[in-house]
Amino acid sequence: MAFDPPPPPFIGRALGCIRGGRAVFAGLDFTVAPGEALVLLGPNGSGKSSLLRVMAGLLRPAFGQILWGDVPAADDAESHAARTHYVGHHDAIKPVLSVSENLRFWARLHDPRPASASQAVDGALAAFGLSHLRDVPGKMLSAGQKRRTNLARLLAAPSPLWLLDEPTTALDKASIKVLEQVMAAHRAQGGMVVLSTHQDVDLPGARELHLDRFAPDSWDEEDGE
Amino acid sequence: MKRFLEVIRRDLRLALRQGSDSIMVVTFFVLTVVLFPFGIGPESGVLERVSAGVLWVTALLASLLSLDRLFQADYEDGSLELLVLTPTPLEIVVIAKVCAHWLTTGLPLLVAAPVLAVLLHMNGDGFTTLLLTMLIGTPILSLIGGIGAALVLGARRGGVLLSLLILPLYVPVLIFGVGAIDAAVGARDATPHLLILGGLLAVALPLSPWATAAALRQALE
Repeated sequence: MAFDPPPPPFIGRALGCIRGGRAVFAGLDFTVAPGEALVLLGPNGSGKSSLLRVMAGLLRPAFGQILWGDVPAADDAESHAARTHYVGHHDAIKPVLSVSENLRFWARLHDPRPASASQAVDGALAAFGLSHLRDVPGKMLSAGQKRRTNLARLLAAPSPLWLLDEPTTALDKASIKVLEQVMAAHRAQGGMVVLSTHQDVDLPGARELHLDRFAPDSWDEEDGE
Repeated sequence: MKRFLEVIRRDLRLALRQGSDSIMVVTFFVLTVVLFPFGIGPESGVLERVSAGVLWVTALLASLLSLDRLFQADYEDGSLELLVLTPTPLEIVVIAKVCAHWLTTGLPLLVAAPVLAVLLHMNGDGFTTLLLTMLIGTPILSLIGGIGAALVLGARRGGVLLSLLILPLYVPVLIFGVGAIDAAVGARDATPHLLILGGLLAVALPLSPWATAAALRQALE
């Protein structure tokens, strides 16, 4: 099932970000076309999470803008949100709700059309090996199981753009394999993936973005200032 | 609209499963009101005179007690980020959360108030007005409280800060809520007070979700 209509390319132009009075990155451009993947690399504090939050719309960029084709994403925050899945550091699992209740809530909130919603939730649970845990309350889950439940949102309500902030944290090798397969299938359908990681994640043909090259301090050195 | 109902349903389910918060608010309301006859003596004349004020002041404090959980849990576990990124205006999500807060705290207070009014020997003429003022007033408390709860996110000792921020804003509700009951008990017309309360609700309904949403976005930056 491909995305219909196919999404326009996701573009960042001359992005700059200031956190706590310090410029994290500046003059950053990127393009992600349907089917492509972008891997964000760089040491701690180089702005990977900030860039992903800017992409998601949680953070306003200090300079530059995010575009879908020619249209700024900020002009239509709702359709930007509908096209995007963001997976951050926290898993947003409620301790008193079961795995399937947690997942169903986020899926329905993202796409309230009832058509085959529960099937999609079941499929997402199965894909991440959570079917046997579906009635287990969130407080009983291990860190890896919580992360898998959070990642299952990606499949429970389809969206073309996935923004994944270190998604492999707490995952075992088998689960990382599952995530790689899920991302490959998503790209085969014309989906896009932006991912930050410190581990090796197999994303064939993914472009790399080294954030330390956009740090304003390193510019100064290159310019000899 | 479906998303709106979905958020309410989830918050109600969370409140039911956790239970304690809602019960704590009502228990606080009941216990504090019960303290007054012990403190100022059982003479029915005195109690009757202060009953409206005691009920409303205690309701304000009970409502305040429940506010810090309105967004705090969602903020800590990352749910708030995802709620902000929902493909619907954040204001709608805020109204849904405030509705759920009112259903789990304002409504129980409304139910408990007449029983406590009997305890305080409130004149029978004031009961209908008491219920009316609570019905109009407690949603205002939840709406205004939402702004404060969003503003103190991430602050240490947010609960104390929240009281300082919000209590002054509650004063108009207190004045006109008590004013309406006193008017009804004194066989005067309570309508002007009730209309002003209704006006406050009409102002808070569009403005406070907007302010709350802005504060939430700020908290996540």
